[in-house]
Amino acid sequence: MQYEAIVIGVSSGGMNVLKIISSSLPLHFNIPIIIVQHLSAHSDSHWIKLLNEKSHLNVTEADEKEKIKKGNIYIAPPNYHLLIEKDKTFSLTIDERVNFARPSIDVLFESAAEAYTNKLIGIVLTGSNSDGSKGIKRIKDCGGLVIIQDPETAESEYMPKSAIATIVPDYILPLEDIIELLIQLDQQER
Amino acid sequence: MRYKDTSDLEISLLLEAIFRKYGYDFREYSQAHIRRRIMNRMAVSGFEDVSQMQSKVLNDETFASELLQDLSITVTEMFRDPIFYKSLRENVIPILKTYPFIKIWHAGCATGEEAYSMAILLQEEGLYDRTTIYATDFNQMALNRAKDGIFSNKMIKEYTSNYQMAGGKESFSSYYTSNYDNVIMNQSLKKNIVWANHNLVTDSVFAEVNLILCRNVLIYFDKNLQNKVQTLFYNSLINGGVLCLGSKESLRFSDLYEQYSELDTKQRIFKKKY
Ligand SMILES: C[S@@+](CC[C@H](N)C(=O)[O-])C[C@H]1O[C@@H](n2cnc3c(N)ncnc32)[C@H](O)[C@@H]1O
Repeated sequence: MQYEAIVIGVSSGGMNVLKIISSSLPLHFNIPIIIVQHLSAHSDSHWIKLLNEKSHLNVTEADEKEKIKKGNIYIAPPNYHLLIEKDKTFSLTIDERVNFARPSIDVLFESAAEAYTNKLIGIVLTGSNSDGSKGIKRIKDCGGLVIIQDPETAESEYMPKSAIATIVPDYILPLEDIIELLIQLDQQER
Repeated sequence: MRYKDTSDLEISLLLEAIFRKYGYDFREYSQAHIRRRIMNRMAVSGFEDVSQMQSKVLNDETFASELLQDLSITVTEMFRDPIFYKSLRENVIPILKTYPFIKIWHAGCATGEEAYSMAILLQEEGLYDRTTIYATDFNQMALNRAKDGIFSNKMIKEYTSNYQMAGGKESFSSYYTSNYDNVIMNQSLKKNIVWANHNLVTDSVFAEVNLILCRNVLIYFDKNLQNKVQTLFYNSLINGGVLCLGSKESLRFSDLYEQYSELDTKQRIFKKKY
């Protein structure tokens, strides 16, 4: 099984979690990662720079029409929805908010599922709303692998719980184990 | 796999049908975007598949115009991205001041908030009386609302704060009158705005202008279409004219990049070379 991309949805409590993920993944981690973190519309990209400094990988804001490449962690810009095209490039839109959010996790996940079908890993982490649940179902229905952060270990349990109520995930794990699993899956690729 | 994805072929046939029957050309829009909007409409209207929807589009003009609304995203704000307007004041107004008459084109103006913001800014800079603002969109319903200049007062708090962050010089409330749940923009702001229906994909050069603003429209187009529309803009600008794009839009991939200098890289403000 070859995974070509990882999509992650995270909301309140996300800053900590993203810090841990981006600083724990090894230099040669191959699968590109695409993240929606809920933020206020006017927030700047300073925190992405900070993540990048502490990461072996290249952490960067996803750019319009950019080609998705290995070795990168892409983060959705504030106030835009992030979508993935079938040619594995990004599109941005300013459509209405979805689940009160822009960027919305569902919007990213649904387009990613259609672009990568069963070569996609979808992950729902800490958060206090239900964004991501519809999208994670789409990933599952398209044959992708679904991982949910164990709600008991999440800073906000609502989002992972809501995802678990929607589908049967392949894994429910604490964050450290998720990272471990990703590294294993990445190594199997070679 | 349990999810049956609608094939690209089905969607492109639908877009072809819309184009042939109604002349609206979405064939080079972002596919992921178009797919999302079409799938949403299919779910809301309860169609089994796209071909069912296609025959409805072809035989029912009311439905077709609803679908057109779905594909035209009119989300907008007054003084959206306040820092951009601040940069306009600092970097572009001085250029405009050198002309006896000024023509400005807002391409994809949606419900008009951006054009009203510009009118306010020009009034404060003492330029409005010698300016004509052409505000265009291909969505007639949005244009009609723009013309009325009546907006929900739910947004006013945010707009006021945007206006202040953008370097506004007056009290924002002096630009409108309140009426129940709405605000009505001042007549004096409307007087030099010309609202017109124009499709960036299928219509040609609109006018020769000093300044073009086309913000958050090109993100919906694929690369090829972006390039075509950039050529249209280039041909509509006088030498030394200014082009403003949305905060996530870039000229970098355009064939015309070399023909512009950057006035404000971060705010995506470009000046056409002489
Ligand atoms: C998201 S709004 C942007 C509004 C405003 N410029 C802003 O940034 O706030 C995009 C607008 O582009 C218009 N649009 C999309 N395709 C167009 C086309 N081919 N020709 C003209 N307008 C178009 C839509 O109808 C919509 O009103």
